[in-house]
Amino acid sequence: MSAATLPLPAPVATRSSATAEPRLVRWLLTGLALAFLGLFLLVPLFAVFTEALRKGFETYLAALVEPDALAAIQLTLLVAAIAVPANLVFGVAAAWAIAKFDFRGKSLLITLIDLPFAVSPVIAGLVYVLMFGAQGWFGPWLQAHDIKIVFAVPGIVLATMFVTVPFIARELIPLMQAQGTEEEEAARVLGASGWQMFWRVTLPNIKWGLLYGVILCNARAMGEFGAVSVVSGHVRGLTNTTPLHVEILYNEYNFAAAFAVASLLASLGLVTLVLKSLIEWKTRHELARAAALPGERPA
Amino acid sequence: MSIEVNRIAKRFGSFTALDDVSLSFPSGQLVALLGPSGCGKTTLLRIIAGLETPDAGSVLFHGEDASDQDVRERQVGFVFQHYALFRHMSVFENVAFGLRVKPRAERPSNARIREKVMDLLKLVQLDWLAERYPHQLSGGQRQRIALARALAVEPKVLLLDEPFGALDAKVRKELRRWLRRLHDELHITSIFVTHDQEEALEVADQVVLMNKGRVEQVGSPNEVYERPASPFVYSFLGTVNVFHGRAAGGRVHLGPVSLGASRHADVEDAPAVAYARPHEIEIERFSPGAEGIPAQLSRLLVVGPTARLELERDDTGGIVEAEIPAARAASLSLKLGESLVVRPRRMQVFVERADAPPAQALTLES
Repeated sequence: MSAATLPLPAPVATRSSATAEPRLVRWLLTGLALAFLGLFLLVPLFAVFTEALRKGFETYLAALVEPDALAAIQLTLLVAAIAVPANLVFGVAAAWAIAKFDFRGKSLLITLIDLPFAVSPVIAGLVYVLMFGAQGWFGPWLQAHDIKIVFAVPGIVLATMFVTVPFIARELIPLMQAQGTEEEEAARVLGASGWQMFWRVTLPNIKWGLLYGVILCNARAMGEFGAVSVVSGHVRGLTNTTPLHVEILYNEYNFAAAFAVASLLASLGLVTLVLKSLIEWKTRHELARAAALPGERPA
Repeated sequence: MSIEVNRIAKRFGSFTALDDVSLSFPSGQLVALLGPSGCGKTTLLRIIAGLETPDAGSVLFHGEDASDQDVRERQVGFVFQHYALFRHMSVFENVAFGLRVKPRAERPSNARIREKVMDLLKLVQLDWLAERYPHQLSGGQRQRIALARALAVEPKVLLLDEPFGALDAKVRKELRRWLRRLHDELHITSIFVTHDQEEALEVADQVVLMNKGRVEQVGSPNEVYERPASPFVYSFLGTVNVFHGRAAGGRVHLGPVSLGASRHADVEDAPAVAYARPHEIEIERFSPGAEGIPAQLSRLLVVGPTARLELERDDTGGIVEAEIPAARAASLSLKLGESLVVRPRRMQVFVERADAPPAQALTLES
């Protein structure tokens, strides 16, 4: 057997491939993208924190622990705590149905899931006012039974859920479609019940995509402004979520407090990004592990 | 356990996957479902497993109707074409899955599971891979793990969907032999689906040939190869030469050659198709009066003991493939472009007529 290998040709400095652009163009494009990001993302982010801390750390902290601010933060957490799990269940169910089954109206379902992306959040809010408001379809009945939806917490939860519907389902559908149904079938043939199949096979296979969807969904649920603004009624300490509270403070020229609360939301965004990168890194790591070749049988 | 399928029909929209299929699989045999893609073989396998519901007909396990049984209750082992190993579980957990999901009352202890899984991994000769994950295995290794996983629940029937389809040629051959040995050891009724005729003929006890949702022929590998029941089977199994001609008054005329065909004696005059395998073709140098179809040698390939010839017919321009011993080719000292005569030594004639009798094998009297 000849094991001789040919020496590789030394890399040529001026070698260019079909897709490589001249250096100048590459620098220009990269520079442009970075400048854009800096101007429109980093500078504002920096501004939020400098404005928030302009009058000192004590003023900053005072703005956050003030009762109305605390109430707004609590409400935001509550809304997310309801909307995200609800969307989790719906997202998994919808993705499951779309990816693993064929049925009539499947494309309609996919379109409906995308609807909140297409509709302005303000419209979403208005729809709920139209349905559950005092002059709305169900208004008289709700009043008769002393149930308050619009301008109360249930309305805020509904509007938030509407806006965040696509996040988890959209994340899972392509993933589950790519994975197909063979593993589930294998589990069934081996005697697993429906639940066993879901918990032991389906869920572990989608866990990273699911977590990713949950994080995005949560960020949106906490940050939603438009739809919530319409149904909230802006009652301080009662129906104000964090983004709405920021707006009120700002409109009252209480800039330091407005930016202090806004910095919380900005931090949430940063945490989301870090988590997102972590998950992406983890997924890549798993893929890299997948690429590692098996060894031969030990002698 | 024996399996019987009774008048199974299955349609997907306007496509008929299975059309009134009845078959019986005797206990302990290894049977191949062979046919081109889209012939319904995989659908039939999935119906037997309970992964697909037939539109009509029934499946009987050991004489008992299993049509209403859920796939969980059928106690079949199924090996998927792409193995369908659980990607997030180690090899050990993959094989243990079927035991771990048993109802608490039937579930073996952890120690027992460990023992059983390791036994199975030894059976498929991969016990050293227990802690690996599916993505770290080669195709052949995955295939064997999938088999071990299917065997863990002690199925009464083993069903394999294109078990070697996704493997390269060398691994395929090895696994084929290995599966045959394993079957001889375990004697579990097994059905496997394949589109590879060589695979079916080499491994199976019985071959079921399927085409367009129907069964064309059932028989031992030798039977289906030597005595194909239909033109489809003839052209599907191995290389074959097709000669078009006419049958009249008990003889079949193929251009200049005519053969006695007693079974088609009552045929007045009808189109006939004759099939002959390359090794059933005889070659002779052309001379005036030599019996046979004149043709020119267009390609000559000697591999080991046989010489493969491609000949272009002078009359129709069609290609005839012939296989003769290399020694004979050498003694003829054939040259490309040379004029030869081609003569089928033995062939099967199908008369194209609605009430035609079954095909008849003809042997050329010389």
